[in-house]
Amino acid sequence: MKRLFLLLALFAAMALVPLVVRSEFWLNVCILTVFSALIGQAWNILGGYAGQFSFGHALFFGVGAYAVAVLQVHLGVNPWIGLILGAAFGAGVAVAVGWLTFRYGLRGSYFALVTLAFAEVFRILANSTPWTGAGEGIMIKLSPRPSMMQFKDLGHYYWLLLAMTLACYLTVWWLDRSRLGARMLAVRDNEDAAAAIGVDAFAVKLQAMALSGLFMGLAGVFYAQRYLYLDPGIAFGPTESVEALLVAIVGGIGTLFGPLMGAVVLHALSEGAQVALGSLPGANMVIYGTVLVLMVLFMPRGLASLTRPRSRRKGGRDA
Amino acid sequence: MLNPTILWPAILNGVTTGALYALIALGLTLIYGVLHIINFAHGALLMVALYIVYFLFRLFGLAPYLSLAIVPPVMFALGYALQRGVIGRAGHGRDENILLVTLGLSIVIENLALMLFSSDTQTVETAYGFSTVSVLGAFIPVPKAVAFVGAVVTALALWAFMSRTDLGRAIRAVAKERKGARLVGIDVDHVYAMSFGIGVGVLGIAACLLMPSYYVTPQVGHGFILIAFTIVVLGGMGSFLGALIGGIVIGVVEAVGGLMLGESLGQIGIFAIFILILLFRPQGLLGHRA
Amino acid sequence: MTTEMKGGLDRRSFLAGTAALSGALAAPGLLRAAPAPVKIGLIHPVTGALSYSGTQCRAGGEMAIADINAAGGIKSLGGAKLEAILGDSRSKPDIGAAETAKAVEGGAAGIVAGYASSITLATAQEAGKTNTPHIVDVGVADSIVERGLKNVFRFGPGYGKIAKDAVAALDEINKAAGSPAKTVVIVHEDSAFGTGTAKLLASELPKHGFEILKVIAHPTPTRDFTNIALQVKAANPDIIIPANYYNEYVLFARTIEQQQIKPKAIYSVLGGAASSYKFVKDFPKAAEGVMDTNHWFNPLSPLAQARKAATEAKGLYYTYEVYLTYNAVALLADAIERAGSTDKDKVIAALNSSTWDKHGMPYGPTHFVNGQNMGAQPVNTQVLGGKIEVIRPAQFASAKAKFPLA
Repeated sequence: MKRLFLLLALFAAMALVPLVVRSEFWLNVCILTVFSALIGQAWNILGGYAGQFSFGHALFFGVGAYAVAVLQVHLGVNPWIGLILGAAFGAGVAVAVGWLTFRYGLRGSYFALVTLAFAEVFRILANSTPWTGAGEGIMIKLSPRPSMMQFKDLGHYYWLLLAMTLACYLTVWWLDRSRLGARMLAVRDNEDAAAAIGVDAFAVKLQAMALSGLFMGLAGVFYAQRYLYLDPGIAFGPTESVEALLVAIVGGIGTLFGPLMGAVVLHALSEGAQVALGSLPGANMVIYGTVLVLMVLFMPRGLASLTRPRSRRKGGRDA
Repeated sequence: MLNPTILWPAILNGVTTGALYALIALGLTLIYGVLHIINFAHGALLMVALYIVYFLFRLFGLAPYLSLAIVPPVMFALGYALQRGVIGRAGHGRDENILLVTLGLSIVIENLALMLFSSDTQTVETAYGFSTVSVLGAFIPVPKAVAFVGAVVTALALWAFMSRTDLGRAIRAVAKERKGARLVGIDVDHVYAMSFGIGVGVLGIAACLLMPSYYVTPQVGHGFILIAFTIVVLGGMGSFLGALIGGIVIGVVEAVGGLMLGESLGQIGIFAIFILILLFRPQGLLGHRA
Repeated sequence: MTTEMKGGLDRRSFLAGTAALSGALAAPGLLRAAPAPVKIGLIHPVTGALSYSGTQCRAGGEMAIADINAAGGIKSLGGAKLEAILGDSRSKPDIGAAETAKAVEGGAAGIVAGYASSITLATAQEAGKTNTPHIVDVGVADSIVERGLKNVFRFGPGYGKIAKDAVAALDEINKAAGSPAKTVVIVHEDSAFGTGTAKLLASELPKHGFEILKVIAHPTPTRDFTNIALQVKAANPDIIIPANYYNEYVLFARTIEQQQIKPKAIYSVLGGAASSYKFVKDFPKAAEGVMDTNHWFNPLSPLAQARKAATEAKGLYYTYEVYLTYNAVALLADAIERAGSTDKDKVIAALNSSTWDKHGMPYGPTHFVNGQNMGAQPVNTQVLGGKIEVIRPAQFASAKAKFPLA
């Protein structure tokens, strides 16, 4: 309960941001940060809790984004309905991919690589199908009305995103204390041992996929409505896949607050590097990458390990 | 849409292009096979090697093929130092840390290149850059024919090295049974660094053979990294001959897929094969079941 | 709580904070009690996949600012100096939008941005929220100016205009030579710019009696062009029309040479390298005779030639990114000059009534309709004797077209 209280207090404080921060720029930075926290947590459900590393999470992000865009542009489906459908498509595609890959017993780096390949397949398909706009991309008509999920006020976008993110973090809070969560951890730590004590690893992993895909899909819906333009590279390219796993791993995988911390630190780092080094192209990214490497060298358990001296995670897995 | 008169040249082109891909994948498969890590910095290291070839040419007039004497040893040293100094220390027994550290390294390397060399596309112009050899009515560019031979020789040499030399045997021992290897007195950290170094050194060979028919920019590695992973999986992680055959298969699939479905959609053939292999034969074409 | 209320008041107070932060830069000006500088946001992809073009754009924008300042700044504002707020979109639309917001908040009187169409859509939209004037530097997708944003102006031509002109010019060149060419193959990259251009070409070409034998799309990057060259060879067209980025163009041109394909013309539309000094210098043989329909300066304009010399003196190539961004900044500065204010509505009104002609482009005075400069047009170039010559329209031409080649 203490963690729930902490979580709700944190999100309540975050909800005040648009009232306090009147700068569009900083609000934008907050949006990018919360967005990272959302996709990082979505990745964390599958990667951190169920132990299935994905390199292709952009797949579910892209499916959600294209779902809301295509339905809206071609069929006139309201984006609020699109939001539900986008999340459902994200979850559905995740389950389908999971069913196919887990059925054939793919684990570890094999699973990671197959998710990457699926994201590429979707990128290529989106690049060649007329109803996704193919290579030209798809543009949602500018219509800044809340009923069309487009807001004049950046704060409203922020609150929409924050609500999605809260739903995601509450789900993970619930996972932490539910039987499903416990089963996920069992599967992560030793799949064969979990199976021996009667855990249906296949079903557990599918459920993790579904939850993970659902929240990635939601993130995709948000992206589409915020920027109103998608192309196959934006939707299914490696950017979102890398960001999701980066945020979660830096923060500390398998922890409730890890992805949030990871998101805050990485965005602070990115902004800070830019302020420090200004306009020399590439210099800011060199600092960013260097700090990343140093963090792994000196903080191997992620940021979350700083707040809790005794991690619940099983340590020292032998590679 | 399939035109029979161009099928033969297309396949032949696929074979030579695929051999080039294989050359890039050889180092990756060695690193994966021994260290069991997915090296995301592989593309960035290829870029570094290409820049070395380019600058040797531009500053000292050294032809790319003569750079074969310099670039692979330099890349080997770089790889050895990276594994010993950074990657090996970052693991702490956790896969995700290796992932993060190789990712971080690739960001650093790419942006350093951007800072130092700017993002201009650089090419080397050689006398043989435009020449071709005719094979049964199909034109094969000379640089690609050379690369094909280079890939085959490199794969065979690596294979011979692993089975015939003491170091090769030590590497195989460490790959199979790390703790046991340590017990019999093998310096595991050294062997890891040697393996990583050799894997990166092979990239140096790839760069010398690739440069005459390609170009270099700070982002050039992106175009090859995914295809190299595909080849590693296809051939069986850790298998050199598998990588060679896998590369050629991918090259041919890409060529024929491009002819049948168009170059954009044709790429899907590569990933379809990748997924099917992972699902039905995850040990790869020539790998052994773990 | 309405947006309008919030925006105006608080932005100003934030601005004060930013000004204090950047005090170091502004200090010398303040000491002499000079007028406050006019800030212009230059948002370009200087890192990531598009970094070459982004860097060129930024260089062009900075040169414009330096030139205007050297000539006395904005005179109607008491000689106020221009000051760049540099932003890096990292080749991503969302970062581009964030950097735009940052520049606007930093007090930018206008934004010059985008380069890529996908990024420009995001930066224009973001600037639109605060009604900040936004000049599109390159971004050729017509949707950028066609979505009803009142703050968006494009100095250069969109790909609709470029494709139409390209086909009309090809027809003219062909007819002048006795119509030897009838068939074409289009080779284009498969993202927004290439696909959009190819689609427009495919609808325009048949109107002038050209038969399209094949349209080949390829991804960026494409590692090998042999396969595409083989397909072109099998189709055996009179004319090859490539529309792709620099690296792919270079590989394609090389491969055409290797596979001994000899069309009557290689006629690019927004060809990544066809009218690039670097390409001509690095591959003189492959470049010889190549035609392009692209952004280009007016070679007969002393102004353009002077700027070209100045750019080359800095060790840079005078590419379309440089002069388009240069002119985008200069156009904005002219509007601010005439508005006599950095008030956004006044600057936008000044842009709408703009008749500016100091651009050294083959455009005539600017004339904006719905944000598009109507006079903007591409020109045709051809590499002849190792030099890039303008061959059309006639009043800007520096050489006569050589067609057919073979």
